[in-house]
Amino acid sequence: MNNKLLYLLLTSMFVGVVLVFANIEAETNSQTPATEKSEVEGAPFDKMMAVLTHKRCVNCHPSSDYPRQGEDRHVHNFGVQRGADNHGMPALRCESCHQHENNDFSGVPGAPEWSLAPRSMAWEGLSRVEIAKSMLDPTKNGGRTLEETVHHLTEHELVLWAWEPGVDANGNPREKPPVPKDEYIEAVKAWAAAGAVIPEK
Amino acid sequence: MKISFNINGQPQTVDVDGNTPLLWVVRDVLHLKGTKFGCGKAACGACTLHVEGEAVRSCSYSVKFAEGKRVTTIEGLGTKENLHPVQQAWIEEVVPQCGYCQPGFMMATAALIEKVPNPTDEDIDNNIVNICRCATYYRMRKAIHRAAELNQSSKQIDQ
Ligand code: FES
Ligand code: FES
Repeated sequence: MNNKLLYLLLTSMFVGVVLVFANIEAETNSQTPATEKSEVEGAPFDKMMAVLTHKRCVNCHPSSDYPRQGEDRHVHNFGVQRGADNHGMPALRCESCHQHENNDFSGVPGAPEWSLAPRSMAWEGLSRVEIAKSMLDPTKNGGRTLEETVHHLTEHELVLWAWEPGVDANGNPREKPPVPKDEYIEAVKAWAAAGAVIPEK
Repeated sequence: MKISFNINGQPQTVDVDGNTPLLWVVRDVLHLKGTKFGCGKAACGACTLHVEGEAVRSCSYSVKFAEGKRVTTIEGLGTKENLHPVQQAWIEEVVPQCGYCQPGFMMATAALIEKVPNPTDEDIDNNIVNICRCATYYRMRKAIHRAAELNQSSKQIDQ
């Protein structure tokens, strides 16, 4: 009888301990962010263009001389303008506020070479096919070869900032492109390696 | 983290978190209270100072970026005996009202007239986008033109 009681007691203690650990594990798991998933299925071109048409890219590839900003792509506050060298006006430079990295205190984003894309690289308002064509056109892409374009798209720190966009002035995280960085880089390289074919639409 | 820079002609070393905004190092560590805090979000320009002669909004500038650089605040712009043209013009045009925004405007103007010696109204609109709650913009514009004039003539005298 006594042995039976002891057995029951030990078994219930063991079950209790297992349950407590299971619970801790469940909580820990729920805190671990899930691996970033792509919101875009499809060919490498589709994945690449889903990124390049995202606001993190297009805001600084405007069709006018005014940068855009924010999730709603509003015209940059304070009448900020492109200027002669795409880095702003003589005494109101991009670098007056944007430094080499994000500033989490002010919510001002930053990355090396923070500036607008030259006017010839305006993407705002273009379809993804038009953007891709302009990217491959040396008269518009700054005379880049395909290899150099791929380098810009996959290694330029300013471009890759899109996946580290920091927080806005209210401390809210900025939206990232819909395809994870590694998957995007892979897609760009695969698209280029397969001949950089631009579909009809 | 130890950061060394030159401020208003004096070498300085501070030991702070490198991400501290330069504004707070200037005000709270170096006790130079002329540079003001307005918004903390690079929106108003009250905190404008110069880094290597460029106007910078110091509330959004981590002090670590100042390493080895030349920083100028309103305290270093001129002296009572030898006013900077911007200071002279500001006095002549009696620009300030409450005064809070003025150091930022003056630093932004000092940078402007170095780059655009004869700014038009359009240049002023495009480059000086600070905010003045007392709306001294009208006098400010006159003072900016006057500062440019004084700066030009002081340069001619120097030559
Ligand atoms: S306090 Fe820096 S811009 Fe307002
Ligand atoms: S003088 Fe009062 S805010 Fe400008």
